[in-house]
Amino acid sequence: MNSNNQKKYNRRDIIKTLATVPVLGAFAYGLTKKLQYRQEQTYHIADELGLNLYDDPDPFSSGSDKLIRVGIIGSGIRGRQLLEAAGFAHPDVLKDWAMSAEQNKDDTRYQDYLEQDNLRIEITAVCDIFDVHARYALEASSNATKKTSKDQLTIKAKRYKNYRDLINATDVDAVIIATPDHWHAQMAIDAAKAGKHIYVEKGLTRTVDEAYALRNVIKQSNVVLQLGHQGRQTASFRKAKQLIDKNILGKISLIEVCTNRNDPNGAWVYPIHPDGNPQTIDWKQFIEPTNPHPFSLERFFRWRCWWDYGTGLGGDLLTHEYDAINQVLNLGIPHSAVASGGIYFFKDGREVPDVFQAVYEYPDRDLTFMYSASLANDNYRGKVIMGHDATMRMENRLEIFPDRQSTQYRKQLDAGLINPDQPMITYEPGRNAVDAYTSATEKYFASRGLLYTHIKGKRVNTAHLHIKEWLECIRMNKQPSCNIDQAFEEAVTAHMATIAYRENRKVFWDADKEQVV
Amino acid sequence: MLTKSNLNLTQLYGLSCLRVLMGWYFLYEGVVKFLDPNWSAFAYLKNSPGSNIWSSLADNASLLNVIDFLNTWGLIAIGLGLILGLLSKLASVSGAILVMLYYLSYPPTVASQNFQLTGDHVLWVDKNLIFAVVLLVLSFFPTSQFIGIDRLLFKQKNSIDE
Repeated sequence: MNSNNQKKYNRRDIIKTLATVPVLGAFAYGLTKKLQYRQEQTYHIADELGLNLYDDPDPFSSGSDKLIRVGIIGSGIRGRQLLEAAGFAHPDVLKDWAMSAEQNKDDTRYQDYLEQDNLRIEITAVCDIFDVHARYALEASSNATKKTSKDQLTIKAKRYKNYRDLINATDVDAVIIATPDHWHAQMAIDAAKAGKHIYVEKGLTRTVDEAYALRNVIKQSNVVLQLGHQGRQTASFRKAKQLIDKNILGKISLIEVCTNRNDPNGAWVYPIHPDGNPQTIDWKQFIEPTNPHPFSLERFFRWRCWWDYGTGLGGDLLTHEYDAINQVLNLGIPHSAVASGGIYFFKDGREVPDVFQAVYEYPDRDLTFMYSASLANDNYRGKVIMGHDATMRMENRLEIFPDRQSTQYRKQLDAGLINPDQPMITYEPGRNAVDAYTSATEKYFASRGLLYTHIKGKRVNTAHLHIKEWLECIRMNKQPSCNIDQAFEEAVTAHMATIAYRENRKVFWDADKEQVV
Repeated sequence: MLTKSNLNLTQLYGLSCLRVLMGWYFLYEGVVKFLDPNWSAFAYLKNSPGSNIWSSLADNASLLNVIDFLNTWGLIAIGLGLILGLLSKLASVSGAILVMLYYLSYPPTVASQNFQLTGDHVLWVDKNLIFAVVLLVLSFFPTSQFIGIDRLLFKQKNSIDE
């Protein structure tokens, strides 16, 4: 080597030094070829169709700072969730979330909650006929400052034992109604008559007659009513509407939506509170608008299992699915409904079916809407909208698969640019914003529709957005997305299936007379 | 310092060829990541069946950016180093360490079959482990000082030393 080193750097050295450089040339050539090939293979039908998939609208805002004083009626499971969505989580809940977040970085509930917008409301009144729930709601309502310990609270809201007193209170501008279904209509009617704005949980009413009565009163009032279908805030559902309005699916003939749950809680076998008894529960008020029945803890805590208080799968879960589709397709009330099912698994004395199917016909739209549910099986089935040209799977993520026999996409199918086994359009809000998250587990959990959506890549609670929309509409004197018209359609549609099931017959909607026959 | 006599010509060309091929593989992996603006190690780390450390790396957004940057440019630099024979020993050793990290984040344990993204059938020994060892072995043979830019670098260095 030494002798080599002492020599001048010769031609042989240069060749050996640079011998492998041509490999880079080959690499560059290969890479160019590869990129060219990929370019030819990558075909974005969304571009060809002129779709701008990620055009997030600006957040809805009234620009007003007006404080709205809210009373909450009913603070069981859903009432508490709504309080949390409105910015009034109980200190115990916040403590749990904070601790859980410390142990598990994937748990972002605490952080998400802290980042929730301030809705500029005060909870001034609480009504619950169960003392324990009332106490809880009082504490939560006083926690606007997001404390994690009860000791730091000063109770600010007032408890009412009868909702009528809450509605008539002068320091209440608006009410959130999260009671069992059998109370919805009466409370909302009374609130509207008292000039109080209303956020009422779904299903809108327990009976068809109540839906008529409530609609009449709301139409004659100036109050803003929002029905609690938070799916109205789900970004992908809005995007689905845009896409379908552009006829991406072609002629839609069939829509299939489902519910599958397989645990006692999912079948409404909710825990019975140990402190529940005739002294702590105002049973007389509970049964006031429905059929009398002796005091029953089961009926009080698991009311969804009985027709006297709830509306079964039709009112509880079909309504969510229906409203999601109604939001996208403006279906309105169907021409007819048939339904079937039975109590096949939870033979616990309930009256409502745990397996339930409903089929609605829309002859004016030339399509069928089909709902299928089991509370004894957890097999996931999504919402599927079937058109002549494509099929849309609609969850938090949208996927549109071209149909093998499509007319609209014939050329692209024949050219092999798209194929029926792969989505030709995918919309997944939040997908491109992974790095912005403090915790980025979202894309794994975001696929199931109703809890969260994404705004500009950030995860947000849909119930929070839904309440926010209601409040902003109150401030602007506007109609929210799930107003009395949509609510009425939801109620009548769900009731038609329930009637079809209970009376074992085909039920029709006479659109001219606005009657269920 | 170098003793050419340790290797005959066939061995030298054979090992150089192996070095260049390894380099090509690394370079392409890096370039692909560079060219894809949406690429991130996020999903890879998040899905890691190994220790929780890997998935927790994905949760830290700023750290993830650093990982993405180092990974992309590390792969490109190692690839170029191996192909051109430029600081090849450094490239081989860094490459071996990088691939060992891949190995540890997706260890092919008895239970891991379901986690493999590649569809390979592996037990304990997988592509990553073999790559790591190949690179380590390559680092023992300074082929770049005969075929590669290191020939020039080390020659000059040697001359200065003298």
